Amino acid sequence: MMDKMIIGRYIPSNSVLHSMDPRSKLILIFLFVCIVFLANNAITYGVLVIYTLLMISLSKVPAKYLIGGLKPVIWLVLFTLFLHIFLTKEGTLLFEYGWIKIYEEGLRQGVFISLRFFLLILMTSLLTLTTTPIEITDGLETLLNPLKKFKFPVHELALMMSISLRFIPTLMQETEKIMKAQTARGVDFTSGPLKDRVKSIVPLLIPLFISSFKRAEELAIAMEARGYRGGEGRTKYRQLKWGMMDSGMLVFLGVVTIILTLLRT
Amino acid sequence: MDISLQQVEYRYQIGTPFERLAITEVSIDIPSGTYLAIIGHTGSGKSTILQHLNALLKPTKGKVVIGNREITSGEKQKNLKEIRQKVGIVFQFPEHQLFEETVEKDICFGPMNFGVSETEARARARKAIKQVGLSEEILAKSPFDLSGGQMRRVAIAGVLAMEPDVIVLDEPTAGLDPRGRKEIMEMFYKLHKERNLSTVLVTHSMEDASLYADEIVIMHKGEVYKRGEPREIFQSPEGLLELGLDVPEVVRFQHKLEGTFNTKLDKTCITLEELTEAVSGLLRRGELV
Repeated sequence: MMDKMIIGRYIPSNSVLHSMDPRSKLILIFLFVCIVFLANNAITYGVLVIYTLLMISLSKVPAKYLIGGLKPVIWLVLFTLFLHIFLTKEGTLLFEYGWIKIYEEGLRQGVFISLRFFLLILMTSLLTLTTTPIEITDGLETLLNPLKKFKFPVHELALMMSISLRFIPTLMQETEKIMKAQTARGVDFTSGPLKDRVKSIVPLLIPLFISSFKRAEELAIAMEARGYRGGEGRTKYRQLKWGMMDSGMLVFLGVVTIILTLLRT
Repeated sequence: MDISLQQVEYRYQIGTPFERLAITEVSIDIPSGTYLAIIGHTGSGKSTILQHLNALLKPTKGKVVIGNREITSGEKQKNLKEIRQKVGIVFQFPEHQLFEETVEKDICFGPMNFGVSETEARARARKAIKQVGLSEEILAKSPFDLSGGQMRRVAIAGVLAMEPDVIVLDEPTAGLDPRGRKEIMEMFYKLHKERNLSTVLVTHSMEDASLYADEIVIMHKGEVYKRGEPREIFQSPEGLLELGLDVPEVVRFQHKLEGTFNTKLDKTCITLEELTEAVSGLLRRGELV
């Protein structure tokens, strides 16, 4: 059921992207999300597309798999595409049929915005596909560390994040298991009238809630039993290492940014 | 109801980097009234086979015949409820599926999904709760106020109340104390005999398999490694021991005894009684020196 979801998945490999420091990857993604908005013509979008394709090839993630992962968001993208095509009334009129009028600018905007969507989704997927959740939270914790001065609970936030990320697959498995058990007892989750389907959520949700609460309690006890008492003075087993590649990639994105600012209209 | 798996293959998450072959070339026949045990290590494909028995999973290759229905990879199946009513599955830790306010409602949930009237379902609940060895008073309680062992029994009652022809058990005694284990296994065996059910037991326990099953299938790395009656299977325990699978204590004792004294007992013993008899026979004849 969740086979096609790629958001939040991690694919183990030994690619360049996999071996990078999570901090540099987080910064890269953050910058990328910003500079995507610099692009406003065909050439600048071309530069972004080339950059993304380069990153994909560096990640060694099978392209077929990435494209398969775009399927769940395709409707959202198509929706925005058509909104732009039909609602923008600038530029020359390209096509007219009854009340439908398509303008050049609308088509251009629509295509660009959809492209922007795809680029953002691809890049953020690349982050999670090449970085384990633990690395991401570790990276985030160190990046946010300066905020501790303002009494911002950085460690607690990171812990919460890593616990929830850690339990997403568990929860998914649990959901599937209980769904199967209830299907075997005659519940139909996939067909039938809407009313029945809404009702069939109850035998799924209640066991899920109960097991989640139980698990939370067990986890808390297990952590305390092993001496956990907050982040104060806690050392790390995994040390983050900033390498040449990390600085190199940041410089490279900087160059891309400069090119974008020069080429945009 | 006969079930037969023919050259079944199943791959999880087909078409993704996570694709994994779970079982391949599995052919098993389960004629009506058989008690079949499926044994193997974790990850040997036992649970995958189990989910094919009531069409929770569709084979990626080969076919599964359940009664007069045929489940193959391609076509979309309609109306699988009929199959699910006839093949009841007791999953591992079935107490996790309880959700109703009262035990009675939870037991009635299955039957009523299959179109049984409320009065009939209640009657079945009373019957089922006795079958699993609990008293009727428990019916009015919340399932979440019960002990772990009681919850397990209630969940099992919920499957029994569906009155299936085939009952599939996935490690039904995992996490129970020895007495609870024995009681539950005895109960299933009694039901099997009385109602002439087909029973499929997926287990780690060679002991249970050898005591109750007519036939044992040993799974190894997604393939059927060996199948046969318990006595055949345990005749040459070396292979099993090599795979790191347990053999029943009785069999292991016989194997060691035969090795030490360089002798052979008359037959492969399964129960303690048989073993005692065989060994005392040897002693009486003075063959153990």
